[in-house]
Amino acid sequence: MSTPPMQMTARDIRDAIAGGTLSAVEVCRQALEAIDRLEPRLHAFVTVAGERAMTRAAEIDRRPRDGGDAPLLGVPIAIKDNILTRGVRTTAGSRILDAFDPPCDATVVARLEAAGAVIVGKTNCDEFAMGSSTENSAYGASRNPWALDRTPGGSSGGSAVAVASSAVPVALGSDTGGSVRQPAALCGVVGLKPSYGRVSRYGLVAFASSLDQIGPFARTVFDTALLLSVIAGPDPCDSTSARRPAPDFTAALTGEVRGLRLGVVRSMLEEGVDADVSQRVRDAVEVFRSRGALVVDVDLPHARFAIPVYYLIATAEASSNLARYDGVRYGFRMTGTHADTADLKTMYEETRARGFGAEVKRRITLGTYVLSAGYYEAYYLKAQQVRTLIRQDYDKAFERVDLIATPTSPTPAFRLGERVHDPLQMYLADVFTVGVPLAGLPAVSIPCGFTRERLPVGLQLVGRMWDEETILRAADAYQRDTDFWKERPGVAA
Amino acid sequence: MPAEFTKSDVDRLAELARLALTDEEKTLFAGQLDRILQYARQICALDTSGVEAMSHVLEQQAVDRPDEVRLSLTEGQALANAPEPALDQGLFKVPRVIGG
Repeated sequence: MSTPPMQMTARDIRDAIAGGTLSAVEVCRQALEAIDRLEPRLHAFVTVAGERAMTRAAEIDRRPRDGGDAPLLGVPIAIKDNILTRGVRTTAGSRILDAFDPPCDATVVARLEAAGAVIVGKTNCDEFAMGSSTENSAYGASRNPWALDRTPGGSSGGSAVAVASSAVPVALGSDTGGSVRQPAALCGVVGLKPSYGRVSRYGLVAFASSLDQIGPFARTVFDTALLLSVIAGPDPCDSTSARRPAPDFTAALTGEVRGLRLGVVRSMLEEGVDADVSQRVRDAVEVFRSRGALVVDVDLPHARFAIPVYYLIATAEASSNLARYDGVRYGFRMTGTHADTADLKTMYEETRARGFGAEVKRRITLGTYVLSAGYYEAYYLKAQQVRTLIRQDYDKAFERVDLIATPTSPTPAFRLGERVHDPLQMYLADVFTVGVPLAGLPAVSIPCGFTRERLPVGLQLVGRMWDEETILRAADAYQRDTDFWKERPGVAA
Repeated sequence: MPAEFTKSDVDRLAELARLALTDEEKTLFAGQLDRILQYARQICALDTSGVEAMSHVLEQQAVDRPDEVRLSLTEGQALANAPEPALDQGLFKVPRVIGG
């Protein structure tokens, strides 16, 4: 009995389709069946684009096989619902974009489809990617496939669930403060946040523009590198995309980590970290040591300020970015009652009041405060200065080490409802992830074991600017020595 | 450093951000944002004199592109998602702005 397609890696699916042993239509049908079967329990998707996906798969099967320049030929992929897909509604988890039908594709979507990928649907996320649990989605929370009463993490929770439950082999998310890495950790899959500027943001619904990056989810590091190679590289439509060509990241996966200097921040394994999480991360560091890596203690003295700095800067940028939702050019407009007969200002105010959920309104309010006269210097400017100090800490650490290992999340998946009424408690879930985007650096989360309750634990590897290759090489070497990544939740069977 | 964050702050900010918040939301947000700001204020104790503010991490400068006419959205595409488009006139319709 061969492996069912949805348990296969993207690489194996692609090779089987290119080699003629599987058809794209058969693979797509299996992905859609898996989604149908899993959705009632997991709710990973906002929109399933079954018909469009089957049409596209049939097109791929009709084309003559040319021996293989399409690196994702026939590979089903799920896309976070804040990334524009022409002809498939894109809600960003918000009621205000409930009926939004994008007139264009995001650059990453165009690149994936050019590489042969088949988009099967749009995944659930916290509204405008603001959250760490998917509980802020206007379409209801997703569930963690390892424990249905727990959150998958967020904001890209639906993408992590789709990959963890073997509905699809790969997915895209976006990461502003940890929104790819944290759900990857909580769901037991691989998730990468690229260096800022590595991947075009054209067509990504903006949250905090100086931090947002699109990143891949997969079950293997190889698939993660494969996906990154397809989506990375300069884009004339995004002036913040780096003008440096993207390498083939899979070529970096040599399995070799001898002599690599791995930094460990001792304080990040102690205070406020779940004991099982801390132990699994220590165990992972030993795996690297036994492969010949050198383990070096490093200090990031300003890391403890990363959460305040992040929430001041991200909300400031969000309050400005979300001003565009005004009920005029696209999206929901509040009509009925007296709004449509009233003046323009009332229409704006009621549209935004009804279109946005609580967390989005909270963050717009905070961001407006941070940017307002009298508070700008005390909060926003100060936060930008401390952002510099956070970046300098990393620069100093990277003089002594090649990469830094930390837990991705201080705890395993928490229960649905547990933190939703306490925003500050929810923000603290991001303690190890928010510093990385503030500094613009790449980081990957990989499965490194389970807690006693059999909840996945994630190891975060942070790299130098533009050095995704080193963290991917280390992550891949770790997967060669461990089996955690092969374990799947019962729901996926 | 500013002191307590109150409901009247929320009132003022909601007006600036064009958000019609309910009274319950204003009370709730005032308490929650006060706690968040208290937490955030720990950065105020840091000495940042002489430290440059970082607005983004990019090393590259913006460059000009040639000013050429290129394919973009058609008028119909641009209006397609509008709650109240005036397709024949190529306009977005909004409620009354001035007097009346």
